[in-house]
Order: sequence, then structure tokens, then C-alpha cells
Amino acid sequence: MSSGLIYTSSLILSGKNLIYTYCRSSRLTQTFSSPPDTPLAVEMRGIVKRFPGVLANDHVDFELKAGEIHALLGENGAGKSTLMNVLAGLYRQETGTIHVHGKQVEFHSPRDAINAGIGMVHQHFMLVPSQTVTENILLGLDTPRFFMRLPEYDAKIAAMGEQFGLIVDPRAKIWQLSVGEQQRVELLKLLYRGANVLIMDEPTAVLAPQEIDGLFGILRSMVAQGKSVIFISHKLQEVTAIADRVSVLRRGVSTASGVPSRGVSRQELARLMVGRDVVFTVDKTPGKPGDVVLDVKDIHAENDKGLPALRGFSLNVRAGEIVGVAGVAGNGQSELAQVITGLRPCKQGQVTLRGEQVSNRNTLFGIQHGMAYVPEDRTRVGSAPNLSVTDNVIMKNFRLPPISHGGMLDMTAANKLANDLKLAYDIIVPNVATPVRLLSGGNLQRVILAREISGKPDFMVAVQPTRGLDVGAIEGVHQLLLAQREAGAGILLVSEELEELLSLSDRVYVIYEGKVMGEIQVGQVEPDQSLIETIGLMMTGTPLDQIRKEEVGAHG
Amino acid sequence: MAESTTVKKKRVGYKLLVEPRLNPPPGWYPLVVSIGAIVFGLFLGGILIAFAGGDPIRSYQHIAKASFGDIGVLSDTLVKATPIMLTALACAVAFRMKLWNIGAEGQFIMGAFAASAIVLTPVLSAETPRWLFITVMILAGMAGGAFWGFIPGYLKAKLNVNEIITTLMMNYIAVAWVNFWIFGVWSEGGFQMSPKFPETAWLPRLLDYAKSLPSLRGLTTHGGILIAISVAIILWMVLNRSRWGYEIRLIGDNPQAAKYAGINIQKNIIYVMMLSGALAGLGGMSEVTGVIHRLQTSPLAAGYGFTGIIVAWLAKLNPLVIIPVSILFGALILAGREIQPSGVPKMIQGIILVSLIASDFLLRYRIRIVRVEA
Repeated sequence: MSSGLIYTSSLILSGKNLIYTYCRSSRLTQTFSSPPDTPLAVEMRGIVKRFPGVLANDHVDFELKAGEIHALLGENGAGKSTLMNVLAGLYRQETGTIHVHGKQVEFHSPRDAINAGIGMVHQHFMLVPSQTVTENILLGLDTPRFFMRLPEYDAKIAAMGEQFGLIVDPRAKIWQLSVGEQQRVELLKLLYRGANVLIMDEPTAVLAPQEIDGLFGILRSMVAQGKSVIFISHKLQEVTAIADRVSVLRRGVSTASGVPSRGVSRQELARLMVGRDVVFTVDKTPGKPGDVVLDVKDIHAENDKGLPALRGFSLNVRAGEIVGVAGVAGNGQSELAQVITGLRPCKQGQVTLRGEQVSNRNTLFGIQHGMAYVPEDRTRVGSAPNLSVTDNVIMKNFRLPPISHGGMLDMTAANKLANDLKLAYDIIVPNVATPVRLLSGGNLQRVILAREISGKPDFMVAVQPTRGLDVGAIEGVHQLLLAQREAGAGILLVSEELEELLSLSDRVYVIYEGKVMGEIQVGQVEPDQSLIETIGLMMTGTPLDQIRKEEVGAHG
Repeated sequence: MAESTTVKKKRVGYKLLVEPRLNPPPGWYPLVVSIGAIVFGLFLGGILIAFAGGDPIRSYQHIAKASFGDIGVLSDTLVKATPIMLTALACAVAFRMKLWNIGAEGQFIMGAFAASAIVLTPVLSAETPRWLFITVMILAGMAGGAFWGFIPGYLKAKLNVNEIITTLMMNYIAVAWVNFWIFGVWSEGGFQMSPKFPETAWLPRLLDYAKSLPSLRGLTTHGGILIAISVAIILWMVLNRSRWGYEIRLIGDNPQAAKYAGINIQKNIIYVMMLSGALAGLGGMSEVTGVIHRLQTSPLAAGYGFTGIIVAWLAKLNPLVIIPVSILFGALILAGREIQPSGVPKMIQGIILVSLIASDFLLRYRIRIVRVEA
């Protein structure tokens, strides 16, 4: 336990140094100095916020001018939301200061922040579905005190909506509204409380394209009336379309601060966002790819909200190779894995496993035809927390001998299997009757991998297999995946960790808004700066063809 | 925050700290806590008896004697325990899958109805040998309950209709349905009951064997208790040792994981609701053929289905634990009637129940007393 802690912390330290050296060399020096007369609405200096095991914000500076739209760019987990939650009073920084309109402030709660004029619209709206727009806006306020006097307030809110272009019927119930309209209600809620700094956490993630245009119009009209907007995003197109200035965070460190969005190229932003990492050195033998095991052809599917998540996505995986899928979370990766494994229907196109259709069939079909799946969510999908290790390892093969004997389960055989896997995969647990909710993340992941791999699959989908694990556990998972590749299985690896994808994969597809932006051969090549830049551009929405064309144009 | 810093009085006090348990408590702990809770409940009940002007110790002695005191009352306790055991098993199997079947009452009544229909229609004549009569009635009772469970199960699986509402409402339909038949069709001389069943349609009772074994004279314990105990054992096997039971447990613990493991949840919802209904229906069959010997709503709709819910929970949904817990409940019902028709004994029952349910908190949390200097 203690040795593991020391190991991890030393690695974090060395990693931090590496990031520092890189950042120093590539940090954009702020040569574009702004006219000094524009007052600062918000000034954050040296913000540090730590979570167990993670330094989410490492001395971050951030400035917001009055009357601007300021984009905060960064990958998932870069610390954007953490920084903004500090500003909105949800978290308290460990060190660092915040000034709002020149005055130093200390926020103990979101109420303090809203009293200082700062409000945040979260990704998940906080509205009461069965109540009207007006009721939601008035919720938690001191006035009206007893009688609601709704017609009076309806008129007030309608007038305010008119003023900012936030058109929504104040008498409508929330459940009757579209997502875009609900977002407007959230904005109205903040404006009604007197916010003049509005933080929007990935506001476009939930919107349809035409709604995004509407939102941009609203943001512009609010800025025209003296409000300031912070716009959290990881999409470069949007940032250049809407923002006046851009700040970039990467792994909790600010890599660009307040750069005018017109003065910086998209390539530059992509590189600041994705950066370059030390690639893990993994012993990987040259691949011997065989026949195509999995073929995904032009699939279309919707996400849980009924919005298109996959729009004509195609890829293939051959035996004995690891194929990576890179992309910022929420671009259709989870839906892709679910369509392949039969957990989500696809509207168009099909997935075949060794020539047999697996999409739009039940999950059992895939399981019986040699497909393994390491799901993204270990506790909610991949395991049954209150059942024992034994019960969890037989989840896929309880229908087959030696576990099953004519409808009855042979618990002796099941326990033997669990004990064998415990030894072979180094699962640390007192005994196999322990419920798996008591296992650490790394151990639980080993239980899941042991179960999936022991079925000797032809093909495996692994989604974020190392998320949240410590360094030693990550190493172990990587070894297991490579061993599977050696054994001739085809593996589709979905990950947000670029270095993981580049060190393990033979090929990498980049996904953006449900479409393939391009395919890159990784093989034995040492990934260089331009490759990472290219992937970064694809992850933020530029297709590979276009990048190549621009390159040819630049050189020719 | 600000107030606490301004007050600068030094005081020594004690604080109760409640912390969630990170590790499971040792195996003996739940048993000790449960017994402790019952003792605590009896203690509170004793205070109550004292207030009512009784002698707590003598009352408790009387209760113990009245339910376990001799073979005769023990036999009566078992008679009371039988329907509770079967309805509790019915609830347990559904609850294991997080299907909130609170319609065991209605399924119990429909089981009794279907079994009675064999005699009253009549499907089998009074001359039918007893083994055939009982077998057919068991099957009919289970089918009746299963049908009553199938309806909410199907609605839940196909249309996601809340099973709590449907099962609850169907209880009332079941009572009204049986009332219609015993008022209108099978009424005995205008009374709200059917004619008595022929003796070949009775479950064998201990007193039937009094001719060869005189000590069995007057003992009303019937074959239902054997059925109930066997069902408990079989159900334990099914839940813990069969493929289907594994699917039920997996769905109950994490439906997402079950779907991921390729298990058809809809199909299982229907099957489990049918099994649950069948077990409750078996309870109804055992009650009409073992105790009442006719179809009559008032003794049938005595709330066995609801008591079953409580017993299933107290037994932590373990079929084997349901056996002793239902016997305990049978005893409480019987002894309660011995000292007072209603009132104090019911209150004591309630207090014991609340203590037992509240004691679950001690299994999930631990309480520490710490000294604080403020």
C-alpha cells in the first residue's frame, strides 16, 4: 500500500516536470496585449485545486474582460470545469485569489458567487420538470414571499427574455421544452438573479446544430448588453466562431491565457490543447494482422437523448491487431461500442463479426460468437457490486459447462474458476466470496478483464480500460491487451488517452461528432510532433483530407 | 461558521459519530443485532403492558406458553405460520429481482379460488382419490396465482407499468371476484361462503392419524407446512444454485450488468412475477384445503400477503431464514389473540418490527462516542 503510494506520487512528480518543460517551451507568450482601458470582470490568480491523487488546477491564471466572450479550451479532464466551479463557488481553491470587478472575493457557496454576479449553466440542467419556467426561476428566491403572483412574474420574465433574445414561454412546464429552450431557462434564471458573468459548461454538447446557431445569437446579444460570457468547449470550430479570446488548459496547467481568437491558428490551438506526451515505452512486437474480424459499415445511431450520435461511421479490425479510436469524450465512442456489442440499436448500416451480422441482434448473440467487451463503466455496467467475485467472473460463461449442468450451476467449478483467475490475473481479494464493491478500481478492472479474456475471444471491445487506475494497474492492463493481440484476437480500443492509443495501437481512427475524421497507421513509428498535431486537429473537427490538402498547399 | 468562532467558552462534551461501515461486519453480528432488537422491542412492549395495568413478565410468560407452551399450541402456531411462509417466499423471489410485488394477497386469494373451483365446479367428483384431488388442486392453485402475477408482470415488461400500483389494485379485484362467486354462484344457503369441501379434498392433518397414534389427537397442523418448508428449500436452491436464480440475482443487483451479460430482462420479469404469484397461490390453496375447507373471503383475505412482505424483509429475502421468521410471526398472531383480541399484542408486534427494521442501521453504520472539547 505505502510503496504503491510512493511509486505513484514520484511518477506524478516526474510527469509534472515533463509537462512543465514542455509548457515552458510552447506556452504562447501574450504578445497580443489588449487595450488597457477595458476593465477586467474576473481575475483569477494562481488557482490551485487538488483532488485525491489529481492536481486539477496547478497555479492557473485566468482573466475575463467585461463584455467579451472568452472561450476556455481543453480536453476532458484538463481542469476547465474545476476552474469554473471554483469561480462559481462550488469548490474552494487551495491557494490563489479571485477578483471580481476589481474587488477580492471569497466564495463559500454558489449563492455568494451569484451575489457577486457570477452564475454558471452546468452541462446537466438543474430544473424541476413538472414546474413552469417562472416557478423554476423563482425557486429559492426570497420574493415573492408567500403568494406566488405568477401572472405578474410571468410578464417580468417574458420581458427579460425579450430583452436578451431568450424566447421561451414562461408558463410552459419544463418537461414540455426542448433541450435548447431549457438552456435558455437556465440562462434566464441567472440573469434574473442579476448575474453579469455567465459561465457556460460545454453548452453545445446537448444541442442540435440549428440550436447552436440560436445559442450563439443569444450569447452575442447578451454581450452587446454588457454581460460577459465564459464558454467552456473542446471544439475548435465553435471557439473560433464565437469567442473573442481563448484560454487553453492542459492537465491542470494553463498553456495559453487570453489569446485573441483571430490571432491564433487552429493548428496552434490544437497543439496547445493536446500537447505532446512522453509515450510509454511498451514492448510491442510487429503486428501480424490477419483477416478482418470486425467490420463496421456506415452505421447511424442515436444517443440516449435521441440525438444522432453516429453518422455514417465505418471501420474494420483485423485479427491480431489493436485498432484505436481517438476522440474527445461524447463524440459517439460509447454509442459505437454499444452498437457493436448489441446493447444499442443502429438505425442504418451494419456491424459484422467474421461475416455474421451482430448489430441489432441481442447481446447474447455477440457473446456466443466470441465477442468480449470491457465496458466504460466498471461499476454500473461491467459488474454487479453486491455479488461475489465468483458470481462476477461467471457473468459471461454461466450458460456453458463446466459451470452449467442442465440448468443448475456447479458452484465448485465456478469457485475453482474464480480462484484460478484470481491467481492468474493477480486479483487482490481475501477470498472469492467477497462482494466486488469492496474491490479497488484496479482490482475490479482485473476481474472484468480476467472474465472477458478467459473466454478466449476472437474480438474484444475495450472502452477506457485504464481510466482512473494508478500507474502500476495501467501497465498491467496494457500487458493484458498486448497479450491478447499476440494471441490473435482483434481489439478495438477506445480511449481518451492519446499516449495510450499511440503506444498500443497498430492503427488509430479519429472520431468527431460520430464521423471518422481520418485513419492513421501507427505501427512502429515513433509518434512525432506533426502526427500529434494532426490527430489534435482531427479530434477537434478537421478531416484528415483537409489537413493533408492544407499541408500540400503550404509546402507547394 | 462565524458564530462558533466568537463563542470562546471551553466545554467538554460527548459527541455521537455515525460512520458508514467500510468493511462488512463479522458473520455473527447480524444475528446478535437482530436478537438484541427483539429484546429491546420486548422491553419497550413491557413498559407498555405496565402502563396498561398488566404485569409484563407474567404477560410474556403467558405469550410464550400460548404459542410454544405445549404440542397443541405449537401445532396451532405452525398452522398460522404456513400461509405466511408461502406468501413471504412469494415476496422474496420477486424482491430479489427488485420487482415490488405487493399483490401476494390477491395472488393468494386467486390461488384459493382456482383450487376451490376444482371442487365446486366440480372438475373432479367427491369420489376422486385424495392424492389426485390434492395434486390437481395444487396445480390449479399455483396456476391461479401465477395468472394473477402474469398480468402485472406482462404490463411491467412490455409497457413499463409500475408493478406496485397494479399488484396493489389487483388485490381488491381478487377479493371482489371471489365475493361474486360465493355470493352468486357457489353460495351455501345464501351465506357468503361456499359449501364445505368433501374430505377427499382436504390436506391431511395430524389428527387424521390419531387412530394409530393417539397423541396426535386434536392437532390441526396440516400438510401445507411440509409443502411450505419444501418450497423454501427448493427456492433457496433455485436462487443460489441454478442458472435462472443467477439471472434473477444479477438482474436484482444490477440490471445494466445483466443486459451486458446477455440476459433477457423482460422475459425474466414475466417469469419471476408468475413464480411469485404461483407461490402465493399455493399458499391460498393450502389455506382453503388445510384450514377453512370451503371458499370464504373473510378468513382468506386476512392480510397474509402483507405479512409476507414484512417477513420476507426481516429474513433479508433468504428463503431458509423465512422458515423460522414465519413461525415466529405465527406465534405472535396466535399469542396476541390469547391475551387480548386486539390492542396491546398488536402494538408489541409493531414495536418489535420497528426495532428489527431500525436495527438494520447498525449493520450499515457504526456509532462511536467521542469526547470533544469545545
